[in-house]
Amino acid sequence: MALAEPAKLDPMHQFAVQPIAHLFDIGGRGVYLTNSAVWMMIAGLLLWIFMLGGMKRQLVPGRWQMAVEGFTGFIASMMTANIGPEGRKYTPYIFSLFMFILFANIVGMIPLGLFGIHPFTATSHFTITGVLAILSFSIVLIVGFWKHKLHFFSLFVPHGTPVWLLPLIPPIEFVSFMVRPFSLGLRLFVAMTAGHVLLEVFSSFIIDSLHAGPVLGVPISLASMALMVGISALELLVAGIQAYVFALLTSLYLNDAVNLH
Amino acid sequence: MPQIDQLSESWFAVSQLFWLAIVFGAVFFIIGLYMLPKVEATVDARDRKIAEDLASAKAARDAADGLEEDYRTGTNRVRGDAQGLIGKAKDKAAVDTAKLVAKADAAIADKMAAAEGAIATARSQALAEIEQVASDSASALVARLSGAKISASDTSGAVKAALNHG
Repeated sequence: MALAEPAKLDPMHQFAVQPIAHLFDIGGRGVYLTNSAVWMMIAGLLLWIFMLGGMKRQLVPGRWQMAVEGFTGFIASMMTANIGPEGRKYTPYIFSLFMFILFANIVGMIPLGLFGIHPFTATSHFTITGVLAILSFSIVLIVGFWKHKLHFFSLFVPHGTPVWLLPLIPPIEFVSFMVRPFSLGLRLFVAMTAGHVLLEVFSSFIIDSLHAGPVLGVPISLASMALMVGISALELLVAGIQAYVFALLTSLYLNDAVNLH
Repeated sequence: MPQIDQLSESWFAVSQLFWLAIVFGAVFFIIGLYMLPKVEATVDARDRKIAEDLASAKAARDAADGLEEDYRTGTNRVRGDAQGLIGKAKDKAAVDTAKLVAKADAAIADKMAAAEGAIATARSQALAEIEQVASDSASALVARLSGAKISASDTSGAVKAALNHG
């Protein structure tokens, strides 16, 4: 009991991936069904159910169809605004990315812990966000080299660079370009992790302060609870914003690849 | 931090990547490539329908405006024609009336002249008969009163003088 209790209040414990069932081996490494996998699938499933509402294809849409069309229209207009008419080609990828991250973020926020079910935020792992970032970056590289061949390297020499800055600017541009996948993946991972840690820390304040007696416990608990309500609202906002930022930055990087500045 | 600590566990990275590939792959292929184009096609079809409906409504309105314009010019033209016809008819009627009136006046004047002539002859005849009767009755009176026979020329002379004194 004395050993188990600190583990329960460990704010990082929620990020531990729990293996559920061993499936098979790839190269001597076991592939497990994990809680991360289950919650990713739940997010994907919810996303699929949400999208089904947009498949009614009515001329006069209902509320659900309007909501789905609102999301598709939002991403489509973002693509045309950032890339131009050519951007419509990449909408399926950006839309999948945005919706998957959004649903994974929000699924992780659902307070199912009240019923003993612990949602897992897959996007709080850089093994997930990093791969998505590398995927986006790879698409940028592939599209860039496909469309412009070696001319793509002119991306590192912005228009109007003075000649005497030529030795300096391209290396800086190159570094900032290569940092993109890291910033992209880390931003989402850090934002999700930080928010969930914060919620866990405030909830542990409630439990710990109540252990110290009602005189200290009640005011601290009430204050912590009020803060948690606010932070939960903020986290919902962050869940949307981070999904948007990920999709927006990917579309901006794609714009570099398609239009070379 | 489990995100980093668990990297040392052999199953961790493989399982995460495997499931991400499965789930995100499914999301991309089912939602991105299959469902999204259908939703966008619905939106595009609706936008096109709205644009077409607006265009046809505009065309119908223009056609209606044209018809109204045609109608207005048509009625104006027909009204002008009608006014012209009415004017002509009025003039013609006035001329005809004047002719008829003149004819009738002439006929009336003829009739009046004939009647006046008849009246004048009848009057002179009547006057002559009155003289005759007066002289006859005067000679008869004289013959009855005095027994003298007076010649007709005397009585008629006296009657004429009396009638003339009137």
